[in-house]
Amino acid sequence: MNKLNAFLLKSSLSVFCAIFIASCGKPTLDTTDYNKIYPSQTGGTLIDATIGEPSGLIYMVAGESAAAAISGNIFNKLLKYDKNLDLEGELAESWLISADQKTITFKLKPNLKWADGKPLTSQDVLFTWKLVIDEKTRSPYASDYQLVKNAEAPDANTFIVSYDQAYAPALDSWSGLQILPKHLLEKQDIHTTAFARNPIGSHYYKLDSWTHGENLKLSRNALSVLGPANIDKLVTRIIPDNSAQFLELMADNIDSMGLDPIKYSRIIPARPELQKKLALYKELGNSYTYLGFNLKHKPFDDVRVRKAINYAIDKQEIIDGVYLGLGINIASPYKPGTRWSNPDLKPYPYDVAKAKALLKEAGFADSDGDGILERDGKPFAFEIITNQNKEREKSAVLIQRRLKDVGIDVQIRAIEWASFISRFIKTGDFDVVVLGWGLGLDPDQFSIWHSSQNQPGQFNFINYNNPKIDALLEQGRLELNPEKRMKVYHEFAKVLLEDSPIVYLSAGYGLTAIHKRVKGISSPAPPAGIGYNSEQWYIPQPLRRVETGRNEIAEK
Amino acid sequence: MNKALFKRALSNPLAMVGFIIIVSVFILAMLAPFISPYDPNDIDVKAILLGPSWQHWMGTDGLGRDVLSRMLHGGRISLLVGLVAVGIATAIGIVLGAISGYYRGWVDTFIMRLVDVMLSIPSFFLILAVIAFLTPSIWNIMIVIGLTSWMGVTRLVRAEFLSLSGREFVLASRTLGAKDARLIFTHLLPNSLTPIIVSAVLGVAGAVLMESGLSFLGLGVQAPQASWGNILTDGKEYIQFAWWLSLFPGLAILITVLGYNLLGEGLRDALDPRSNNK
Amino acid sequence: MLKYLVKRVLWMIPLLIGISLISFFIMHLAPGDITNNEAAFNPKASEESRQKLRELYNLDKPVIVQYGLWLKRMGTLDFGNSFASHQKPVFWQTTDKDGNVTKGMIQEALPITLMINILGLIITLTLAIPLGIIAARKYTLWQDKSITLFNFIGFSIPGFWLSLLLMYWLGVMNNWLPISGLHSINYESMDTWSKVKDSISHLILPVIIPSVTGLAGITLFVKNGMLDVFHQDYITTARAKGLSEHKVVYTHALRNALLPLITIIGLSIPGLIGGSVIAETIFAIPGMGKLFFDSVLMRDFPVIMGILTIGSALTLIGNLLADLAYAWADPRVRRGVVRK
Repeated sequence: MNKLNAFLLKSSLSVFCAIFIASCGKPTLDTTDYNKIYPSQTGGTLIDATIGEPSGLIYMVAGESAAAAISGNIFNKLLKYDKNLDLEGELAESWLISADQKTITFKLKPNLKWADGKPLTSQDVLFTWKLVIDEKTRSPYASDYQLVKNAEAPDANTFIVSYDQAYAPALDSWSGLQILPKHLLEKQDIHTTAFARNPIGSHYYKLDSWTHGENLKLSRNALSVLGPANIDKLVTRIIPDNSAQFLELMADNIDSMGLDPIKYSRIIPARPELQKKLALYKELGNSYTYLGFNLKHKPFDDVRVRKAINYAIDKQEIIDGVYLGLGINIASPYKPGTRWSNPDLKPYPYDVAKAKALLKEAGFADSDGDGILERDGKPFAFEIITNQNKEREKSAVLIQRRLKDVGIDVQIRAIEWASFISRFIKTGDFDVVVLGWGLGLDPDQFSIWHSSQNQPGQFNFINYNNPKIDALLEQGRLELNPEKRMKVYHEFAKVLLEDSPIVYLSAGYGLTAIHKRVKGISSPAPPAGIGYNSEQWYIPQPLRRVETGRNEIAEK
Repeated sequence: MNKALFKRALSNPLAMVGFIIIVSVFILAMLAPFISPYDPNDIDVKAILLGPSWQHWMGTDGLGRDVLSRMLHGGRISLLVGLVAVGIATAIGIVLGAISGYYRGWVDTFIMRLVDVMLSIPSFFLILAVIAFLTPSIWNIMIVIGLTSWMGVTRLVRAEFLSLSGREFVLASRTLGAKDARLIFTHLLPNSLTPIIVSAVLGVAGAVLMESGLSFLGLGVQAPQASWGNILTDGKEYIQFAWWLSLFPGLAILITVLGYNLLGEGLRDALDPRSNNK
Repeated sequence: MLKYLVKRVLWMIPLLIGISLISFFIMHLAPGDITNNEAAFNPKASEESRQKLRELYNLDKPVIVQYGLWLKRMGTLDFGNSFASHQKPVFWQTTDKDGNVTKGMIQEALPITLMINILGLIITLTLAIPLGIIAARKYTLWQDKSITLFNFIGFSIPGFWLSLLLMYWLGVMNNWLPISGLHSINYESMDTWSKVKDSISHLILPVIIPSVTGLAGITLFVKNGMLDVFHQDYITTARAKGLSEHKVVYTHALRNALLPLITIIGLSIPGLIGGSVIAETIFAIPGMGKLFFDSVLMRDFPVIMGILTIGSALTLIGNLLADLAYAWADPRVRRGVVRK
């Protein structure tokens, strides 16, 4: 009996292992040559996936990234950034800044139309502005537009805004507001209107259908104000689990997906059948990962301690080990290579001797010989908290080891986002965080660093307070001359680096895989990223999914 | 009585297999600090995602940590979560069940209605909500699983007490003037112990699986602390490529849970009067 | 019988109140609220606008007042609107003044979860009953042992791991089954037959994987039930009367062994609903489990309350139906000989 059972156990385990090993074999062969070059043409369907479903498609009240990705294809803005991150008109044909720099006059392009055929005029722009600043509208983005003292639309093509004082980020803010149709939204409650699930816009695409929990389908808008896009249909599938999403990418059921460094540089390059059909893109995002100190807590109020920790962390090790080389060591809170990033600043090098010397200077010594430093009898120990982001968790683990080398005892906790924000960030109940900032294109970082912005729920939660920085931030908002403004922010970054309220860990690349059937993508990515010309992407007829089998799309 | 029961249970081959599995897993977990080839948190960024080899029997993870060492240390956490969670549930169950079955009356009614209420709420929803709201930590996970799984034991203990209190030996000691506490602790409880043990053994299996499910949703034991659940979850994205990251923790969970289930059912069979006939 | 029914239904009211109290208590363990979700963590959002949000949703009022307000609305089956999902109604559809219908979140999610679970239950039963009978008839023989072991292995595998392996094997390598989702993208343009085939192929994995894990319990239950019945006097009598073994097993024993199964199925409802979280996340199915998990992460209190209440109410109704079915199937209960 015992033998039989042992046999049964063994055989069922081996069947199981067989399934496992079988599943590591080769997928079915696909003989299409996706590298072949084809002329630009229209038609086809591009399928991508999102982890979360948008709550609605009115971006000013929805606010999540899933909504932004889709509503950005449906609605236009007054201005946009071009390939090289210079502003150009989108709905606006031109714009004029008055001599006192307090008034901007936008001229709209002629004969603009909404997808339903109604004319798009400056009245729509004025309506959108009124909506975003409306008391009843709960928009997280209202603050920029509340600074507008007066807005008017004297004729169908003219929109004028004036500010109390010159406001340098103003133009940038008008490249962020998606213009909504007055004739459909007037007298509607923006928070409950059916329009959010059935929007009418003016951009390249319009929403065809939205199946809750499954997918959103967009098709070309014939009346697009910027002319037609190449690809006929965009489908966004809702796939909440990352591993399932990657399986769908491998099975050729979706065309594009964001990747982590391991998938980007280890997995896809090592698999010929994936290499054959997937093209990899990397673009430097406008974001960075950092380690931030709670400056109200001792001993982080001491600049020597902050600098010591900065010297003790090996950033290159994090970039190599966590980001597999797909990151850049930075010294200012701006995207490297842009005008706002100060080229003269150098990141803190990895220097254990200097770190130890600074800690000693700050009064830390290992008096009991346990390898951990003490000051006033208290060991130097703290907890790093971070949210559940694999790269941040790993960075924290590497930091933990490096700080141990200089005698600091670090614990790590990774916490689910909502608890993280409410339990730790808002209450200020933390010592050190590892987090990231995703930034806009304007250099203004008032809300992150200004000493007035440290109330619960505001973004200066590390409680940074430096009068020099405050002054520079205020000055930067008033300065409209780009050259002078650049100098202000270069100085700002220099003071910030010297004061070391945070340790810059890495500016990471955005990594994407897109199926090679999609052509017309700029590589390497221009400063604006690969998406800047997505309307010119195209899918040649022979490479489209064919109309047999399960995974196909009906082509018109 | 219990010794005889165990003997009988272990004469059941499946239960024996279960017992051996559990004992081996426990020994490995206990010895983790001594037999692990590496420190489970030892990072080597030059050796990330290496397949199994003589240096690393189970390969390395995304930070170059030795998977075998993490498995051994993670096993301690997973087993601890299972045992403490079930310990809490069993303790609550015994106390409430004993009160309910011994005193009866309105206390009994109240406790039984509470059981009904708790049983009708989908318990995984409850666990999910509480852990997310309290921020996940190993203690919160153990407590919450414990607090949401005591209902079965309560019913069981109550039923045993109800049936035992009618028996002659209990009636006899009661007429002889035995105190409530004495009655409960010397007569009633020891005689209801066996079904409690069975349900506890099966409960541990459920709790180990629960921890891995919570890890999948990001609410399990938090990194960088290793548990089987979060090693498995870490590996799930690379399941077809870095297969060692998910095969080993997956098998470890499978085998351990299987061990508990086999032992639990073996004990139940042995308890069952039917098996005397065979 | 009618009296029994009325009593049972009335019994549900205090239970529902208990359930709602527990749910409400749990929600207020949460330090965070809706204004903390990821969307709000944008450098441009102001604390002022969040305060506005809190007032609007009564989050600034004491807990007991909030509970009172909630209970009051419950009286009219009004579960309120979602915080996070653009004010969608939590439970049932509403029609605005322009005649636009907005579907309720639970209204959309519940049928999907119910369908998957009922299909799963049917599969489980079709497998578990024969397996249980075989195991009972071959008790302690190798057939019994292998069935037990097989079931336990199914029961012990972390479901998401098995799912991912099968998704890769069947979906990527062999392209036999779709990987995730409920429908193909071109579903609307298919003919009826293709639609049916498409739906079935999408349902195979999400239905079968949870059934595998549920099989062990029911098989064991059937086996034990059969064993119990085998020892009853009437079976011995039947055997003594010289009835064929086949007849003994299938007409006498099975009927009696399966009766208690009805109760077990009723009791398994909360587990089925709760267990759907992981499967629905992995297979991208917009059911109750996925909805609940999203709402927890978003701190979307009205939806959390709504799902806990409706989920529990379903359990109560399920138990009630199971009891009625039991009474109907068992003549002793029906005639009031045995009190249940």
